[in-house]
Amino acid sequence: MQVNENKEFEPLIVAFCCNWCSYAGADLSGTNRLNYPTNVKIIRVPCSCRVNPMFILRAFQRGADGVILCGCHPGDCHYTSGNYFTRRRMTLLFSMLDFLGIERDRTRVEWVSAAEGAKFAATMNEFTEAVKKLGPNRRLEDLRCRKQ
Amino acid sequence: MQEAMINRAKQLLADGTVNRVIGWKRGEFVYDVTPAIFETAEELDAEFVYDDFTAANVSKYLVKESRKEGKILAFLKPCDTYSFNQLTKEHRVVRDNVYIIGIPGGPKLDAEKIKAKGITGILGAKNDNGTLVIDTLYGEEKMPYYEALSTKCESCKSKKHVVYDELIGEDGDVLESNRFDMVEKLENMSAQERYDFWREQLSKCIRCNACRNVCPACTCEKCVFDNPDSGVENKAPADSFEENMFHIIRAFHVAGRCTDCGECSRVCPQNIPLHLLNRKFIKDINSLYGNYQAGEDTTSRAPLNDYKTDDCEASIVHERGVE
Amino acid sequence: MLKISLDKLDELFEAISASQTLYIPADREDGSAEYRKYESGMKLSSALNTVRSAKDFFFPQTENLVDFKMEGKNIEVIDIRKESEDFVIFGVRACDARSFTILDKVFLAEPVDSYYKTRREHGTVVTMACTRPSETCFCGVFGIDATAPEGDAACWSDGESIFFEAHNDKGQKFIDSISSLLEEGDTAKLEETREKTRAILKKLPLAGLSTESFGGDRMMEHFNSEKWGELSESCLGCGTCTFVCPTCQCYDIKDFNTGHGIKRFRCWDSCMYSDFTKMAHGNPRLTQLERFRQRFMHKLVYFPANNNGEFGCVGCGRCLSKCPISMNIVKVMKALEVK
Repeated sequence: MQVNENKEFEPLIVAFCCNWCSYAGADLSGTNRLNYPTNVKIIRVPCSCRVNPMFILRAFQRGADGVILCGCHPGDCHYTSGNYFTRRRMTLLFSMLDFLGIERDRTRVEWVSAAEGAKFAATMNEFTEAVKKLGPNRRLEDLRCRKQ
Repeated sequence: MQEAMINRAKQLLADGTVNRVIGWKRGEFVYDVTPAIFETAEELDAEFVYDDFTAANVSKYLVKESRKEGKILAFLKPCDTYSFNQLTKEHRVVRDNVYIIGIPGGPKLDAEKIKAKGITGILGAKNDNGTLVIDTLYGEEKMPYYEALSTKCESCKSKKHVVYDELIGEDGDVLESNRFDMVEKLENMSAQERYDFWREQLSKCIRCNACRNVCPACTCEKCVFDNPDSGVENKAPADSFEENMFHIIRAFHVAGRCTDCGECSRVCPQNIPLHLLNRKFIKDINSLYGNYQAGEDTTSRAPLNDYKTDDCEASIVHERGVE
Repeated sequence: MLKISLDKLDELFEAISASQTLYIPADREDGSAEYRKYESGMKLSSALNTVRSAKDFFFPQTENLVDFKMEGKNIEVIDIRKESEDFVIFGVRACDARSFTILDKVFLAEPVDSYYKTRREHGTVVTMACTRPSETCFCGVFGIDATAPEGDAACWSDGESIFFEAHNDKGQKFIDSISSLLEEGDTAKLEETREKTRAILKKLPLAGLSTESFGGDRMMEHFNSEKWGELSESCLGCGTCTFVCPTCQCYDIKDFNTGHGIKRFRCWDSCMYSDFTKMAHGNPRLTQLERFRQRFMHKLVYFPANNNGEFGCVGCGRCLSKCPISMNIVKVMKALEVK
């Protein structure tokens, strides 16, 4: 669990961004000098459908408090149909996590195109705030990985 | 029924249509039946059994058996035929090497349910008009027949055989079942209550892998949990995360392919209601992507292998059920 | 013999748990039993036996052995063992009690397993005799008397009271610690109960099993038997039998990378698994038949050959109820029996 200068909890957010749309969108928000929190750690994947449910669980295991997936808008996937599979897969996975009692606001899927720098920054800000309100991840935590 | 099955099997062995039979074998007590392969008429006469306790689904053994020499005769209950069809769709069995005889289904009994009532020393059990009369070392015991049913038979979804080469007895219909009742009940609890429920259930898990090994949908040659290169190989449920992860991932890997045969819950030595996880996925798929029953046919695409351009967004999770 | 009335059992448990951690078999809502740490109000289970055996207390499913921390090229080795506290396990049955003797032969032989040894020294085993054996019981076949369990101290119930007896110094220390609650009692009714139980034990369906055909002498005959194919054909290789068995003792040692150090831990392994027992050159047992055969040869032939005729099975019957496809040691014994 990380704390900032005010001793408040700072969540660790893992963002899986697809190379073609959302990663470029993240770059754009950077060149436009739009701020988004340093809590967000971006992992670039070739397509959002590369993300396996195991990645999401592993992120939580290793200390993430929130996981967000960003990809191309449906219909605009660089590989034509990858994000359609992502949509189905993640809907079912998040529904299962909710079924097990994991807080809903810890996970999200957001479609961000390469031109939407502002949307990327706004989404990250909003998501970080939402996870901050929930507190540190305890339900999907691996106690062995918690830093003492 | 047992007689009819043995006779037909002997006929098919004699005329050379098949060279072996897969069925169930008598055990020490009335309730322990083991799936077994029979090669001769003598073996069938001596040991083949089909009764209230033959709940085991034999379709998983056909993955290996259908690749051996010659044709094998398999007796499949309606729920087993769904598993077999799903395996055919995934090219895990060689359909031509299996001769299927569809047999009437359950309900089947589960000895654990009898023992849960404190009845011990079980020597025999008979159905007497809705009452199960059990002969024990400590005298005769009685209990309602329907309380001894295997969990999977309590909400039977279909008596229809979706694949067979011939039938013994009548074919049945798809039934209106109440199998999603418990799932719905859990969905309507608060997130904290759900978390507590699953923590209590999953903390019993001993990672024996019985659920994975008996599941007809889990046919990977090398399971991700046995593969040191996958990064999730772990032999023990070391902590709560491991317990959650194994079951979430296993349910996810079979999502859309699970035929809801109920074997996973039947074999769990700690009585964890694993079928609820799989039924949650089936319920979600039915409501979000259209009713789909795995194993109903051999040509349709599984829901996670498929998409529609107007599927709902993942944020729908926030709008359903109880927070 | 010293006794306490059954309706004062709560007082007894309170008294024991006041000075040490106490574990008793408790009921779960689904009718099965498991060992739980005693808390006020917990009732002793009426079930014959727990699903998981008592070996968990001395040989837990996962046990951290040591931690490593890396600083550049330096490795710091951290011993994470804490001083164990004393504990009491109450209500262990005769079969599980004998399994400790078998596990001791493995873990307390040279080189001594210090983790097991520490737990063993801190634990007091209080056994409880059986009164309602089940059809799956066959402890008598291995010379275990369900009406006279081993352990540091033993107790018997005659339906009204529980009678205690110490078997060694540790057991005597235990009885002394609760002696204020005990009183002298007449054992006539108890003897009647024990006779009744002995009569049932003789009538058990598996009472007629014999271990004569097994042991070290017929090793190659059993190894080469043709029956193994039939016996192992429906084995799923799941490992349930090994995990519920009170005498199975195979384990694996693994390293877990926590992101800021390594935790080396040991966990139960199963000889039924497909990667057992992978070594540098590969896996010597590639088929389920070989693995299945290995397990039963170990329990019925190799272990007695190496341990003065002591068999590796205690007849608890857990594998009979828990195997998903109902294969078990009894069926193996009956198939391999040499008449």
